[in-house]
Amino acid sequence: MDVGIAHYLTVAAILFTLGIFGIFLNRKNVIIILMSVELMLLAVNINLVTFSVQLQDMVGQIFAMFVLTVAAGEAAIGLAILVIYFRNRGTIAVEDINQMKG
Amino acid sequence: MTTVLPNLVPALPEMIMAVGAMALLMLGVFRGNKSTGQVSWLAAVLMLVVMVIVAGAENDKIATFGDMFVVDGFTIFMKVLVLLASALAVLMSLPYLRAENIERFEYPILIALATLGMMVMVSANDLMTMYMGIEMQSLALYVMAAFRRDTAQSTEAGLKYFVLGALSSGMLLYGASLVYGFTGTTNFTVLANVLHGHEGHGPSLGVIFGLVFVAAGLAFKISAVPFHMWTPDVYEGAPTPVTAFFAVAPKVAALALLTRTLFVPFGDMAGSWQQIVIFMAIASMFWGSIAAVIQTNIKRLMAFSSIGHVGFALVGIAAGSPAGIKAMLIYMAIYLVMNVGAFVCILSMRREQGLVDDIDELAGLSRTQPAMAAALAIFMLSLAGIPPLAGFFGKFYVFSAAIDAGYYTLAILGVLASVIGAYYYLRIVKIMYFDEPVGAFEPLKAPVMSMIMMASAIFIVLFVFLPAPLRNTAESAAQALLH
Repeated sequence: MDVGIAHYLTVAAILFTLGIFGIFLNRKNVIIILMSVELMLLAVNINLVTFSVQLQDMVGQIFAMFVLTVAAGEAAIGLAILVIYFRNRGTIAVEDINQMKG
Repeated sequence: MTTVLPNLVPALPEMIMAVGAMALLMLGVFRGNKSTGQVSWLAAVLMLVVMVIVAGAENDKIATFGDMFVVDGFTIFMKVLVLLASALAVLMSLPYLRAENIERFEYPILIALATLGMMVMVSANDLMTMYMGIEMQSLALYVMAAFRRDTAQSTEAGLKYFVLGALSSGMLLYGASLVYGFTGTTNFTVLANVLHGHEGHGPSLGVIFGLVFVAAGLAFKISAVPFHMWTPDVYEGAPTPVTAFFAVAPKVAALALLTRTLFVPFGDMAGSWQQIVIFMAIASMFWGSIAAVIQTNIKRLMAFSSIGHVGFALVGIAAGSPAGIKAMLIYMAIYLVMNVGAFVCILSMRREQGLVDDIDELAGLSRTQPAMAAALAIFMLSLAGIPPLAGFFGKFYVFSAAIDAGYYTLAILGVLASVIGAYYYLRIVKIMYFDEPVGAFEPLKAPVMSMIMMASAIFIVLFVFLPAPLRNTAESAAQALLH
């Protein structure tokens, strides 16, 4: 079987959907949410690199580099906020994040 | 191979901002937290200087960095608003930081870096620049929401903002990748040309999907319904001056970015995005008005108020005409002044046990602090859109643009929503003027606060006599975007 662009895009779409569901359905742990966010960004990267190869155009790969860099910064800030949150509450369970209603 | 340096002049304000922020960071690092006051004032001065440089630029469109970064009348208008809002936010925060004992020099620097991100957002002419600008702004804002790192509320606000902000960035990025894949470019100008050629058979499904994802990601940033769920919690939990900052500058920048994205690259797909924007406008106006009625916390109330106001601004975008953009620009300028004024009042209402958060505690403000009560009443009436205050004209321009474009239902629904919204603004005025006082407020100590309060109140009241300068600037800014 030939692996074509559709396969790559399908994998990326599945990963992206998994990421979104990971954020909304997960009731246990905030770390899992951080992992889901990373999953979404990596799905986007697969998309960008696939399109870049398909179009014979470097822009997609440069974009992917930017996304990787930003993802690293985002993970760092997310974990930092998580640490100060844990210091205050002593828990990082998602269902305990309810100081404010809504 | 020779390398040609891009034309750096259009990006001069951004560069000054970046270098200035880093210099202030050095100052802060070497002098420690006792330099917070100094760093704050310098940051505010830096923003005002950059604002003057931005305002002094030519109105003609200049693109640089391989057409990824653009400067025109529209970006100048929006950047002036963003810089003004940020400078005022820095000055408003200082008394709070002192009183709450969280004087850390990082605070003004984070605002400066977020402002730099917003300036990049406003000038973005490429999906990559757009993403980098948004992230630069957001990463600084996440930290600011969690700035009171010793309280559970503030850290929770930071965590919620981070998770939902990251989700929205992911959606925006997925949309950007689809747009890139199905058109072969990330540049707004080229995109506009590519999509223009599709007139006969319409753009491909992939591009429409991408557009929807990008619009959803941006709607998160301006907190339009149905992507608003983070707003009340973050506004309530974040320290009050941070809320004051969130309510103005990031919204102005994100709306500027949304407007450019919809009108420049996807201008020929107006049929596809107009219905989304109309739905978001109606939903935001109504939800912002209805949900605010039951709120007891003033910061939460201001969150719903800001959701409602974004809805009104979206009416201008939904009209899809130059008049609509002009109306949106005027609306945002007036919204900035009203909101800054209202938040200065909220930040000044202090009792011995701390800042007043509860609406009922405002009772009798007119007797203990008549000047502040009068100012807050002016801002509330203006937010409600009561003539002859400035807020009325903002709504008037937006609705008349919608009517000129033939969206009668939208305009009528908007007026209905603003009538519902008037209830909770008037309730605050009633509590201040007619309820029994519950205790004395501490007198206003910081002269900066009373100056900002007075200047905003004077603008709101006197706008009716002199609307021409703002209207003409907004007009030429709207023209600049579409050419």
